[in-house]
Amino acid sequence: MKKILLTTILSVASILTAQTITGSDTVLPLSQQEAEAYMKANKGAKVTVTGGGSGVGISALIDGTTDIAQSSRKIKFDEKKKVQDKGSTVKEVIIAFDALAVVVNPKNKVTNLTREQLEGIFTGKITNWKEVGGDDLKIVAYSRETSSGTYEFFKEEVLKKKDYMAGIQSMPATGTIVQSISQTPGAIGYIGLAYLDKKVKAIHVSYDEGKTFVEPSVKTAKDETYPIVRPLIYYYADKSESIVKPFIDYVLSPAGQKIVSDIGFITK
Amino acid sequence: MIRRFIEKSVEKIFAACGMITTITILLIIIFLFKEGFGLFNSPEVEKGYALCVNAANPIDYISSPDVKKIYNSVITNWSELTEYDEKIVLFRDDNKDIFDFYKEEELGDSFEEIEANIPKKVLELIANTPGMLAFVHEENLQKNIEGVKVLDKGMVNPNDFFFGREWIPTSTPAPQFGILPLILGTLWVSLVAILIATPLGIGVAIYLSELAQSKVRDILKPAIELLAGIPSVVYGFFGLVVLVPMVQKTLGLPVGETAFTASVILAIMALPTIITVAEDAIRSAPRSMREASLALGATHWQTIYKVVIPYAASGISAAVVLGIGRAIGETMVALMVTGNAAVIPTTLFAPVRTIPATIAAELGEAPGGGVHYQALFVLGCVLFLITLVISITAELISKRQHNKGL
Repeated sequence: MKKILLTTILSVASILTAQTITGSDTVLPLSQQEAEAYMKANKGAKVTVTGGGSGVGISALIDGTTDIAQSSRKIKFDEKKKVQDKGSTVKEVIIAFDALAVVVNPKNKVTNLTREQLEGIFTGKITNWKEVGGDDLKIVAYSRETSSGTYEFFKEEVLKKKDYMAGIQSMPATGTIVQSISQTPGAIGYIGLAYLDKKVKAIHVSYDEGKTFVEPSVKTAKDETYPIVRPLIYYYADKSESIVKPFIDYVLSPAGQKIVSDIGFITK
Repeated sequence: MIRRFIEKSVEKIFAACGMITTITILLIIIFLFKEGFGLFNSPEVEKGYALCVNAANPIDYISSPDVKKIYNSVITNWSELTEYDEKIVLFRDDNKDIFDFYKEEELGDSFEEIEANIPKKVLELIANTPGMLAFVHEENLQKNIEGVKVLDKGMVNPNDFFFGREWIPTSTPAPQFGILPLILGTLWVSLVAILIATPLGIGVAIYLSELAQSKVRDILKPAIELLAGIPSVVYGFFGLVVLVPMVQKTLGLPVGETAFTASVILAIMALPTIITVAEDAIRSAPRSMREASLALGATHWQTIYKVVIPYAASGISAAVVLGIGRAIGETMVALMVTGNAAVIPTTLFAPVRTIPATIAAELGEAPGGGVHYQALFVLGCVLFLITLVISITAELISKRQHNKGL
């Protein structure tokens, strides 16, 4: 009896709230604005957006407590399998791209770094700025916490899957990284392109061993000359495709993609 | 009649409230231990994956720290581990590495064909490469394959967990769960915080209860209690924006997020607890004892440190222990100003990482039920046990005071 009551309440609730999106904090501001615009355009539709981290979103998708999991990293094999064990398949839609900028303190003389040098700095092999053409100053490397998709992406893309050095400073949010780098002369860190401002200086990165150095910007990310770009993804179970499709279509539409570029991400 | 009935029901409701609270606390503790308990039965390698080598390789098992060293190119030749002189070739089965070894045309014509061919090609690759160490999906290994040897899987070892020196929970294929730096970091920060807060706190408590005029006390006491009400994130914010640059500039350090910075803030946060509890203890010294001391010709100051303080000693110790408890469990400040670097602390002026900050920062992304998730729950258990010991100590100390009071 209790069970029946509970399921009725839940199903009524799911009709009323229509759909939920949970996951990555990087995608969160984008999803929120998309949801607001979507609800304005479609009277009666309701989209609830919450954050918590890419892993939280995918866990919720596995448990069936969310319709869409927003993620700034690819779903792991293990997670995909768990969804399959529950009897549905995971569908993936890339909604936008985000570029990562490597930033240093504005007083730092160094502007150009190669991928190999970045790997050396973040794995702890290079410890002084003079080794990469700067002043005699200790390098203080800042990383995001392991809970962020940004952390995983940077590790995969720039460190070629090697581990960050054990003593790396990790910060809970992008805002605190910008704050710390702006007040520490020897600092280096990485942030989403949307967070780039005058308090920090963006490094020009080379992926061809120093032949060309590219400055991070929406333009260079879009024409694919800037190398550190990652997809922002919506995951959903194929069962709920009919529920989530209208919203995802809206996000991919010109109106939805305009919001993407307004926020500072790169459109598909 | 009706009044008796109401009184009875109120009694019942209160009893029920007490029961519910106790049961809730017990359930939370059981949940904590239950979630963490599975850790030592979990494989070191990520679930659903296995490590494979070429069949000619004599090795059967590689310990998790060695796997990490291999994948970080610290160990590059098999001869460092076993009697097999061959350069190590690394491979991860993530549908990316395979294209370093085969051209797309070699794998198939269409996308579907390539996808279907990959598992077969991966195994072929392992069988043909003598120095290969491959991290592959377990489901592709169901039958015995010629030329491929699957390595034994180790379980997470309690010794490595509690005494390991490296906390790299996201290292693939071999995450490192050494919690020693985290435990030491937590204790280090709290210890220094309490060393700063104790003399200050006791000083203020003595001033408030013995020396201050009642007008001053009426302003100061609520102000101190207000200090306890400031949300910890505000302290953290203050620390990050004001104290961190200050510490860095005045001490000429490369970085301002240090154990010392966190200790200062935690000391400020522990002060209200210490002051309030210590002041109560000092005030509870009976008037008759003070008057007796003064009547014997002792000065005011002699009375304070020869009569009042010894009388209140256990209450003051309880205040300090409660202050330690406050500092150890603090999450937000630790997360914001310690720098969160998981290294064993050797100095006050370098970043550290504490247990509560680790749990808060990492639980969001740890795949539910996975090894990392379980490791964080065991960390929670460790923190719980530390604070339990502290609470019991505080309780025992204040009991002693009660007995003396009789």
